[in-house]
Amino acid sequence: MGFWTAFYALSFYIATLILAGGLAYKIYQYATTPAPLKVPTMPAPTTTGGVVLRILSEVILFKSLFRSNKWIWLFGMMFHGALWVVLLRHLRYFIEPVWSWVVLIQPFGKYAGFVMLIGLIGLLARRIFVERIRYISNPSDYLMLILLLIIGGSGAMMSFVIHTDIVQFKAFMLGIMYFDWQSIPTDSILLVHLAAVILLMIVFPFSKLLHAPGVFFSPSRNQIDNAREKRHVAAWALKLEAPSASSS
Amino acid sequence: MAKANFETPAFRSYPVIPILKPGVMKGEGPFVAKPHMQEPLGYPGELVENWQEVAISKMGELLKKYRSLRVYLDACVKCGACTDKCHYMIGTADPKNMPVARQDLLRQVYRRYFTLAGKLFPKLVGAKDLTKDVLDDWYNYYHQCSQCRRCSVFCPYGIDTADISMAAREILDSVGKGQKYCNEIISKVYKIGNNLGLPKPALRNTLEGLEEDIKDDTGVDVRLPLDEVGAEVLVITPSADFFAEPHIDGLIGYAKVFHQTGISWTLSSKASEAANFGMFIGSYENMRSIAMRIREAALDLKVKRIIFGECGHAWRVAYSFLNTLAGPFDFLDQRYPIPQHICEFTYDLIQKGALKIDKSANDHHKVTFHDSCNVARGSRMGNMPGGQFIIPREIIKACCNYYYDMPADTIHDQTYCCGGGGGLLTDDLIELRVKGALPRMESLKHVVDNFGVTHMAAICAICKSQFAKVLPYYGFKMDQIVSVHQLVSNAIVLEVSEF
Repeated sequence: MGFWTAFYALSFYIATLILAGGLAYKIYQYATTPAPLKVPTMPAPTTTGGVVLRILSEVILFKSLFRSNKWIWLFGMMFHGALWVVLLRHLRYFIEPVWSWVVLIQPFGKYAGFVMLIGLIGLLARRIFVERIRYISNPSDYLMLILLLIIGGSGAMMSFVIHTDIVQFKAFMLGIMYFDWQSIPTDSILLVHLAAVILLMIVFPFSKLLHAPGVFFSPSRNQIDNAREKRHVAAWALKLEAPSASSS
Repeated sequence: MAKANFETPAFRSYPVIPILKPGVMKGEGPFVAKPHMQEPLGYPGELVENWQEVAISKMGELLKKYRSLRVYLDACVKCGACTDKCHYMIGTADPKNMPVARQDLLRQVYRRYFTLAGKLFPKLVGAKDLTKDVLDDWYNYYHQCSQCRRCSVFCPYGIDTADISMAAREILDSVGKGQKYCNEIISKVYKIGNNLGLPKPALRNTLEGLEEDIKDDTGVDVRLPLDEVGAEVLVITPSADFFAEPHIDGLIGYAKVFHQTGISWTLSSKASEAANFGMFIGSYENMRSIAMRIREAALDLKVKRIIFGECGHAWRVAYSFLNTLAGPFDFLDQRYPIPQHICEFTYDLIQKGALKIDKSANDHHKVTFHDSCNVARGSRMGNMPGGQFIIPREIIKACCNYYYDMPADTIHDQTYCCGGGGGLLTDDLIELRVKGALPRMESLKHVVDNFGVTHMAAICAICKSQFAKVLPYYGFKMDQIVSVHQLVSNAIVLEVSEF
């Protein structure tokens, strides 16, 4: 049990707390902040079921983005879609015995890594070469893509070029989950991969990655178009009515 | 801003995205409201000494009151999807007219004062202190947004720049830097009842004059009643309908439709205005006070129904917000939508065959329809999503033999704003208005060139005024913009009412 094991184990605990706590706080904040007016972007669904479908079509298919810009949609879809497959593939490092469907998707997950990288490179290229997007980009926007490229690149390297001791790594991962620490393999590529992941987890609740929970709380997408049928008033707005109640 | 000389943008041979011209629309913005226009709205008369402190605390207050603002400021990933969607960006090429860049003017300050990343690493995340320069940029560029919501259609998170510009304007108002055009109008509404400051005797006079005109034209006594207690329907219409062209022809159209059905109706001198500029300045309180006039007028006149005339943002406020702001309307007849749009009303009558129509009366018109932004993306008509696109077109088609749509990516929910919405319909912003009209003028030119379209119909007072003004800049004639109910008015065959 060396320095790196302790360092990474503690970092994982801290990062997990920050990620979970930070996200929980933001979700609580979004959920409890009122939306005093009916502002769905029309035409909007008139039923709850319709709204669920609308949100799903945004979250799964990026419907609005597709209407907007096919290139951003393509690269965004490649990145996010592949990321899901890659993440699911990684489940095998966290469970024992490994579920059979996780075993089945292993080869897909390995190659999805390339799709993810191509998507990221496409997004980065647009950020650099399209004048309008360059104009709106801050250093953090580039760094976020670079961080994801480091994660994806180091991961692909381990899959295809410089393998690490995956059995020992899994023991380490299960060890920190069950508070029974095991040594971490000290291959530098693995350490880089994990450090980048830990950084991403820490940055998540303080950055634009909040688009992930945010999309579910966006009033222009999640409101039902029923303003005439059902009166919608926020608590703070109701207070305005008290003094003039006699006029009705 | 009100430069005497500027060039009308050239039609693009194909829709290329303009190369950015940073700072081209930088300026002092529209005229600033005088103290006597600010104070009736509850705002300080001029820029307060501690404006920075007041602005930040107002932003904090709005972040707690509006989830939209919080989510929209957090969620943007700067993907760039919206960057070519704004008509002002297309017309001016100023990068700060890209929706995301416009949002960023507020977002940079939000990040600096309300996020950990912006407090610790401002340069990294593009966070900025609220300086006088930033405040001036807010005033200038948040008055180059017509709150048309086109960007929100294309944003993967539905981020609505209209909501952000409303918040920005409310912050500006609360530090004493309001816009003259909007705030002067709102103070007139409070004082007199409408945007134009048209008092009751003048209004009555105008309506009587119109009745005479219709009589001369048709030989039929069509009434335009004012303040008639006990009428079935209260009609709330933009005050431009009382005097401006082509609005007034629309008003005559409503009168003829009511005449034909025999349903009694009235206008109100207390609520002689459908427009609610409280929305443009993002003020819930002002929007509510203005909306309450309508409730009070409906109660005073003991009507059973409320119908709105042709006015875009007024219909957004009416359809989406009226129930919230001034409801519940339990004293009205619940069998009808509350409120109802005049187009819904006329469409129902056409469906039932209750109107006698001679389409050939409009044969000198080849018509296209401009979807007004606030109707298209902020409201609905009828009982199914998208009714706001179908109903006005069906009315036109019922009244005209020649109807042609503009290109599909410029209508329905992808419609382009006229360039004068959102409180920008003022002469001190004429350069912006002309440039912002470019995309709509291009799609109009398309149907003019390809189908010989002669007229564009609209259902919004601002659109009509704006087009009457900017059409000539693009080589069209100002009377090529018409009201939808003007077409109804032309085609309707009047019979003497039995009621």
